[in-house]
Amino acid sequence: METLIEQGCDTIFGYPGGSVLNIYDELYKKRNKIRHILTAHEQGAAHAADGYARTTGKTGVVIATSGPGATNLVTGIATAYLDSTPIVFITGNVALPLIGRDSFQEVDTTGITMPITKHNFIVKDVRELADVIREAFYIARSGRPGPVLVDIPKDIQMQTCEFQPLPVREPAKPKCPSDKLIEKAAEIIAASKRPYIYIGGGAVIAGAGEEVQALSERIDAPVGCSMMGLSAIPADFKNNLGMTGMHGRFASLKANSAADLIIAAGVRFSDRATGNKVKYTQNARVIHIDIDPAEINKNISSYFGLAGDLKQILSRIVNKLEKQSRPEWQAQIAEMRREEAAMFTYSEMHPKTVIEKVMRRADSDTIVATDVGQHQMWVSQFYSFKKPRTFLTSGGLGTMGFGMGAAIGGCFGSGKHRTVLFTGDGSFGMNLNELATAVSNKLPIVVIIINNGVLGMVRQWQTAFYKQRYSQSVLNRKTDFVKLAEAFGAHGFRASTPAELDAALDKAFKLKTPAVIDCIIDKDVRVLPMVPPGGSIENIIIK
Amino acid sequence: MQEKQFILGVLVSNKAGVLTRISSLFSRRNYNIDSLNVAATENPALSRMTIIAQGDDGVREQVVKQLRKLYDVKKVEVLEPDNTVLREHLLIKLKVTKSTRSEIVESVNIFRGKVVDFNIDSVTVEITGESSKLDAFIKFAADYGIIEMCRAGALAVRRGGVSLYDDEDSAEIL
Repeated sequence: METLIEQGCDTIFGYPGGSVLNIYDELYKKRNKIRHILTAHEQGAAHAADGYARTTGKTGVVIATSGPGATNLVTGIATAYLDSTPIVFITGNVALPLIGRDSFQEVDTTGITMPITKHNFIVKDVRELADVIREAFYIARSGRPGPVLVDIPKDIQMQTCEFQPLPVREPAKPKCPSDKLIEKAAEIIAASKRPYIYIGGGAVIAGAGEEVQALSERIDAPVGCSMMGLSAIPADFKNNLGMTGMHGRFASLKANSAADLIIAAGVRFSDRATGNKVKYTQNARVIHIDIDPAEINKNISSYFGLAGDLKQILSRIVNKLEKQSRPEWQAQIAEMRREEAAMFTYSEMHPKTVIEKVMRRADSDTIVATDVGQHQMWVSQFYSFKKPRTFLTSGGLGTMGFGMGAAIGGCFGSGKHRTVLFTGDGSFGMNLNELATAVSNKLPIVVIIINNGVLGMVRQWQTAFYKQRYSQSVLNRKTDFVKLAEAFGAHGFRASTPAELDAALDKAFKLKTPAVIDCIIDKDVRVLPMVPPGGSIENIIIK
Repeated sequence: MQEKQFILGVLVSNKAGVLTRISSLFSRRNYNIDSLNVAATENPALSRMTIIAQGDDGVREQVVKQLRKLYDVKKVEVLEPDNTVLREHLLIKLKVTKSTRSEIVESVNIFRGKVVDFNIDSVTVEITGESSKLDAFIKFAADYGIIEMCRAGALAVRRGGVSLYDDEDSAEIL
């Protein structure tokens, strides 16, 4: 516990149980120094710590008991691993003499979590405990961040030893490419005709938004992003085309495929972002910059790779480049934007309308969380993020049920600032129990359920690729979300028309406690455009 | 790109569970492993692995980079076959009769092997060498009848005064 305080931890999300009673007992004694948020389920605690870490940039901390406590964390750990969120998970385990005997609430926690953590530890000597916790924080924060788990058997928790305070170790310094390599990158950029800057979650984590904008202005190039890259630069930055990929914005997708050079920063070329990998690079060279050397040439063979800190590398590249102007390329992009603007029309209860109504009431610090599915794509397409770390979404793992916990963590991380969760009636059903946590802590979270009565994304794929055989995707539930919200002690509203939605939002945004708005939309609204899996811009579905 | 074999020298911490971390990385990322050998080194804090794996240049690059990300992995180097001493070890138990005994012993000598156990109806032979030599002996021995055999994964070190401990300039990624 002393080590946690030493490492700067002020908030823990968790759930007590038999194998962590000793830790919780210490926590009780230190309750003036560390705040503990009790969730409804360990998974919620993991997602909350994730939301907290994403919002603040600090390392999240979770405590859970052995056995089911640890297994309930697994989805949350994997979510954090795929999206590179720094979290230290502390699990209890049965006493050392009971390990391996299938004891009550015993599982091989380190074995289960090995492939979804940067590293994990089991502590077998109390004298190692403090250093292992320090090492866990160091690993979680160093290089590409990620989750680390420390499993502490109960007998180790019961033992004591002298605590020697130490200064917090700075995260490892990333590699620093030589000037020669930076110059080479600058040369390739200067020689390109149609460069496209493509940023991902790494740009958010590195806080490289300003450098990205500086590069874009210096070389007169558009910027697109993966879903994880949203919020890295302001949505209204003049060269920002928004998200690319499977459900990207049309202009961003088109510019991406028309480019002769893709300057990729902090991305991992997920299959959802690239579609057909051969076509993705057939007309373009790729410069790939990432803090994790293993990402370079993993999914896409790059023409040139630079491993290291994005912020530093980008600003060094900008310094090597003269101001450039590309009127022809900009004219093409302006045309793409015009095409996009004329491409779609939206009904009065289209999710875009809903999102815009929310944006009008939100400010630039509002934390926006989502679950996974159609609503997530709509928020990614249409929400104008102004500041980094205001968007919390499960990108890599695509975890339905992420949102409620993440919104709670994000809300705490922002100092209980206004937080909005966009969710679907499917996703919300997965972890709505955490509404209780939001109510207990009087959090100003507005939950907007984009309710179409179906598993919308599944339905959309069934419509497109399975001849409308809607296998198990029609929910048809009789859940009354207004009453449900009230039962949890939150406020509930229902909105089937724009006027009802306006009224509900006005009321919900005035509250300082959780509100749920059940927003009824048509079940056949699809997310467009859509590049089918493994496809390219040639296969784009626009209606 | 062409699939080919490559040899890795890997220094890891000498701790419980390290082998699991390495082998699960290979299975999780769908890399093919031909052989893996691990044992402690002269430094009790370190173990050394020799891993022989299959894949094209892209796979090889990924294997090396992914291994380097593991906390317990201290050093990973690709060992170039031309510049590496590579040895495997074989223990093989063969059926013998009065009439075959002497020709088996003779052939063991030709293969520079050693008879390590000798019975009325069986003989156990130890042979060290490159993979192809061991394969050749196994093929030869099959005619006499193999009772059982046990073959260790390859061990590899680079020729010359260099070592895995050397802190060479790891080439920048291009």
